[in-house]
Amino acid sequence: MAKTPVTFTLNGREAATFVDPAANLLDVLRRGLGDLSPKYGCGQGTCGACTVLIDGEPHLSCVTLAETIEGRTVETTNGLQDSAGLHPLQQAFMDGFAAQCGYCTPGMLMAAKALLDRNPSPSREEVIDAIAGNVCRCTGYEPIVDAILTAARAPRRTG
Amino acid sequence: MTLHPGRGFAAINYPIGMNLGGDPSQALVHSTPDGKFMVTLSAIDLGQGMKSVTRQIAAEALGIPISDVYVDTADSDTGPHDMGSFASRGTHRMGNAVIRAATEARTQMLEAAAEELEVDAADLVTDGKGNIHVRGAPSRSITVADTAVAAQFKQGRTLAGRGIFLVPLSDVDAETGEMTPVSCFAHAALIIDLTVDDETGVVEVTNINSAYEVGRALNPKLVEQQLIGGAWMGISHALYETTEPNYPDRSHGPEDFNTYLMPGPGEIVPHHISILERPAPDAPYGGKGPGEMCANPVLPAVANAVYNAVGVRCDSLPITPEKILRGLKANGGARPQGQPLNTPGGRR
Repeated sequence: MAKTPVTFTLNGREAATFVDPAANLLDVLRRGLGDLSPKYGCGQGTCGACTVLIDGEPHLSCVTLAETIEGRTVETTNGLQDSAGLHPLQQAFMDGFAAQCGYCTPGMLMAAKALLDRNPSPSREEVIDAIAGNVCRCTGYEPIVDAILTAARAPRRTG
Repeated sequence: MTLHPGRGFAAINYPIGMNLGGDPSQALVHSTPDGKFMVTLSAIDLGQGMKSVTRQIAAEALGIPISDVYVDTADSDTGPHDMGSFASRGTHRMGNAVIRAATEARTQMLEAAAEELEVDAADLVTDGKGNIHVRGAPSRSITVADTAVAAQFKQGRTLAGRGIFLVPLSDVDAETGEMTPVSCFAHAALIIDLTVDDETGVVEVTNINSAYEVGRALNPKLVEQQLIGGAWMGISHALYETTEPNYPDRSHGPEDFNTYLMPGPGEIVPHHISILERPAPDAPYGGKGPGEMCANPVLPAVANAVYNAVGVRCDSLPITPEKILRGLKANGGARPQGQPLNTPGGRR
């Protein structure tokens, strides 16, 4: 089968790879490019563990055709931390004990980042709505919702 | 259509670990050449925080900073034997094994330091910050890191320890059948407030109040987190989750997260927890660990609250709207059981 060249921006850096027809973005990120931060959960777009941002919008990478990201911008949890340290969401999740087994955490972080990027001061209901597509089996969701609200109140970082 | 409020209560005594044939856990502790300590376990952290707690326990027993302890888990090829992560036994069994292993390693660490300082090991103490010094003379000191380097490269000595914790098999009294199957119990009581819609049979949990006695809460935030998450799982088991909704008929079973019912972030219920600390004598630094009991009392409390609300006694799980509606039909309608006047949400 002919492979398709795909060039896109991954966490601020140019990424280029060849993908099989029908390859999904999660596979390309994890196996092709070695970014293990998005998790494989259900593989059918119902658990949210594989959530990444494409052009700033949350997408389920396990049901996203890799070919469709040509020229687009992809963000994963690996790109959250910068030289200034942890992203406010990561810090709030850590301080608020918002992870137990941690498997849903990358998807939760990306869903939350998409929310805060477009709505820096969300209500509790808006936070709940933003993570409604992400399944967590450990925390009971409450610490996650609290952490996202805490991050929203944290001082904005520059740059 | 009427929303009937209901309140249900459940209390449990929960056994920590099991004892039918003994219930051992082992731990190994060894120093690395840079003065850190590695704890090797075969038990696994399922997300409940066992790695964090055994790390705290090892640091406390060794007398060194938590940041200088690493915990390696879940490889039964390279780790010492463990019965496993179940029966709410992690903190208690593995914690005790870690204390013993770390204590043996600490003894060797102090002997190595004594050789470097040319003093008696019995006169040495640790400051918990990475230093070992002569009791009452803090200036006569050596760092744990330098001690480990000296032991490894100069003295040819290992700083290592082995630990096992076994609750021996209890004898059975031939006359009475009496035995001691469990050495350590944790306790909890939990109150559920909910409403039942008598037209749709839908239950909405509105409030949870609980009290947990878990020995010493070795990591209070982890305990709280586990209790909140566990209660959510209990509600999920009580009201939502099943793979066989028409058991014994296998039809209409869920096949994925689209059809497997679970409460989501929109169903968060306020949960007020009181953690009571009564350190257990045979537990590591008194900590029993919450384990499975974080979910268990929720189920009977929900069943009792549904009965309290509409008089329907469901004896199978999950308590679905269909079961409640069938019960209401059989009873000829809702039969609220009433609540004491002095409780919030009591009789109106």
